[in-house]
Amino acid sequence: MASRDFDPVAEAPVPSALKILIAGGFGAGKTTLVGSVSEIAPLSTEEVMTEASYGVDDLSGVESKTTTTVALDFGRITINESLVLYLFGTPGQERFWFMWEELSEGALGAVVIADTRRLETCFASVDFFERRDVPFVVAVNCFEGAHRYAPDEVREALSLSPETPVVLCDARDRASAKEVLLSLVNRVAERVAA
Amino acid sequence: MQEHDEFDPNDPRHGLEHRDPIDGFDDDTGAGEDDRLVRPYVIAQGRDHADSVRLDMISVVIAAKRAEVDELALEPEQLRILELCRRPQSVAEVSAHLDIPVAVVKVLLSDLLNRGLALARAPYTAKSPVSRDVLQAVLDGIQRL
Repeated sequence: MASRDFDPVAEAPVPSALKILIAGGFGAGKTTLVGSVSEIAPLSTEEVMTEASYGVDDLSGVESKTTTTVALDFGRITINESLVLYLFGTPGQERFWFMWEELSEGALGAVVIADTRRLETCFASVDFFERRDVPFVVAVNCFEGAHRYAPDEVREALSLSPETPVVLCDARDRASAKEVLLSLVNRVAERVAA
Repeated sequence: MQEHDEFDPNDPRHGLEHRDPIDGFDDDTGAGEDDRLVRPYVIAQGRDHADSVRLDMISVVIAAKRAEVDELALEPEQLRILELCRRPQSVAEVSAHLDIPVAVVKVLLSDLLNRGLALARAPYTAKSPVSRDVLQAVLDGIQRL
């Protein structure tokens, strides 16, 4: 990526950023989890599809194209003056995977939120991160009224490798969401050490 | 800015049928579609990624402190970006706060970078693996939340 830092006139250090992706099916609790740990209310940015971007010199061409706008929700955690961590909730459906490619590039890792009422909605996310060797953890969001599964049951249902952490969580609870992020970063650290 | 109603545990309606955001967008963009589609590219004066500095969604940008800004030479949106970036902001944050698509923010920003009016820091990427020190800092930072 760009390494032009345009730095000499800056008086304050410009922090570097890291990102963690939060994946999972709709309603699994992605934005809820982001909101629980973010220092800002989750923001939403719209990305207009690439086809439209390449047509910018020809406005009539833009009009005739089918453009899709994809919303990304994200939050921010300032680690220290030189480091900022962003959490991106990724659009869950397969048709948005062109965005996952860009988003997953350079990501520290990913949290896949599993909703045990509809566990199959996170199969695709697990596949995606496994195939690209992006470190991830599975966070089982414990909804009230849903049957509680043991982490090992979820691990088996998702055919996860033994190294992939499975954490039970309540996405609404900051302490619980922190544990999820810590388990991911610890997992990343293990891989760095290995 | 979009609604953040992805999951409300107290909302008995939650479930797939009422929360497919694609349907939401279709509804949203119906009448004002032309305006929403065309305007950003007019702002960007027809430029595209080709003459952009490569900016990432999480490149962090800050306005240059001592730069002299010729306001007439800039788009109003660029002035808003400079105002916003008195504190470090990522490209994604600029996009969200100013309600301009990321791709357009990148074009406007790269122009500001080329004029020396703003500074950008490239994010960590897979090509620059994160060191143990950085990971420890991240762990500490999350612990402190």
